[in-house]
Amino acid sequence: MVKNNQIKRGVSLYSYQEEFFLRKMTLEDCIAASAKMGALGIESIAEQMMPGFPNLSDAFYAQWQDWMAQYGTTPTCHDMFLDIKKFKGRLMTDTEMLESVVRDIKHASRLGCTVIRVIVNTPPEIMAKAAPYAEQYNVRLGLEIHAPFNFEHEWIQRHLEMYARVGSPYLGIIPDMGIFEKRFPRVRSNRYVRKGAHPHIVQYISEVFSRHEGFNNLLEDVKKMGANELDLAMANDIQHMTYVNPRRLLEYMPIIFHVHAKFYEMLDDYTEYSISYEEVIPVLIEGGYSGYLSSEYEGNRHIQDAFEVDSVEQVRRQQVMLSRLLGEA
Amino acid sequence: MFDIYMICEQGFRNVVENGEITGFQLKVRLPYYRGIGISMVEDLAVTVDANRFPRQALRITLHGNTYTLDEMEQEYEDRWEFGEEGIVTVQKPGGLTPGLHKIELEAVLRISYLPFLLTGGDHKVIELAG
Repeated sequence: MVKNNQIKRGVSLYSYQEEFFLRKMTLEDCIAASAKMGALGIESIAEQMMPGFPNLSDAFYAQWQDWMAQYGTTPTCHDMFLDIKKFKGRLMTDTEMLESVVRDIKHASRLGCTVIRVIVNTPPEIMAKAAPYAEQYNVRLGLEIHAPFNFEHEWIQRHLEMYARVGSPYLGIIPDMGIFEKRFPRVRSNRYVRKGAHPHIVQYISEVFSRHEGFNNLLEDVKKMGANELDLAMANDIQHMTYVNPRRLLEYMPIIFHVHAKFYEMLDDYTEYSISYEEVIPVLIEGGYSGYLSSEYEGNRHIQDAFEVDSVEQVRRQQVMLSRLLGEA
Repeated sequence: MFDIYMICEQGFRNVVENGEITGFQLKVRLPYYRGIGISMVEDLAVTVDANRFPRQALRITLHGNTYTLDEMEQEYEDRWEFGEEGIVTVQKPGGLTPGLHKIELEAVLRISYLPFLLTGGDHKVIELAG
């Protein structure tokens, strides 16, 4: 297969949260590990790995640029949050929300990022007000489409309607590949069993999920099977998971700024257990997507109670898979 | 997310002030996947051997700054960083007896995109140095 697309590979440093939390890897280690596997686009979460944010020093930004040069990496996306509930007893005002978003736009610009992952609780009217700043700093704002939200959700529709009204090329979306959950992640179901769920009920719920025919009677069904609290928790979990037909992406291609290549478990054969990358990547190629696929490993939290987490190896395997699906040599 | 790492194994000790034991300390981390502004820590609860200490008995020290939980609610600049070990000092004249104790810890965080309060918890049996 010859590479017939302009899609680029990168990593969200979110992937290495286990090792960073436990102080086994530094920010520089995370960048170096990504570069080593040829994933040259670096997505970062300031509030996770840049202590002191939003008051980062000039020296920090200089250091960041030095790392990018040294490792041959490119800053891609900054993941922002909007702490609407920062003040106990009241929500942020519109002015405070806009200030917070502009703060993040400036930070992303200083890192050299060209995209911001806008957290889903950001109101459409705040994004509209932030669009001129996004243009001024040349940082595009991509609202994350992340389960349990999907394209049809009323909240997402409100954003898409606002985009159409405002017409700014700086407003778009970042789909998280977790919306294409074909099978219930095995690392999650195994954890339920370890915590005391019934293996046959876990199996049943996993099968119901895989059929994607709705879960209307699921809670009643598992109760009849003698479900305990953990079985019910898992049955509740799947109500928040989605399997969207990947071809839906084709409707949104011009406003897809960045892609979160979420995954939970890369197998020895370099496939992902639950998310159907074999279906999704060809659609992105067909649609002419030319941005980054940013690895986002989220399996650590499901295995850390019983196994040693190796985020770097998991990301490496996903990068091998992405490279294959993109037709790289 | 990081609940199992909330209680640190190291740093569990009695606090001695002017020759008297006034309480005990342990090191704790938040369970959430990013650092947060301190005002969004709604509560932190420490239970030792089934005795839950009152909220007022706790002091939290983060990179040298010490707060009561009520003060934390009003702190809008300082942050509890991701994976940062905070020192919880519990006021308890006489402290705890040396040896093993069952520690239970609960953290309640106000995360803006979640429609509920995020609660995380951990429990461990750890040894207080003699």
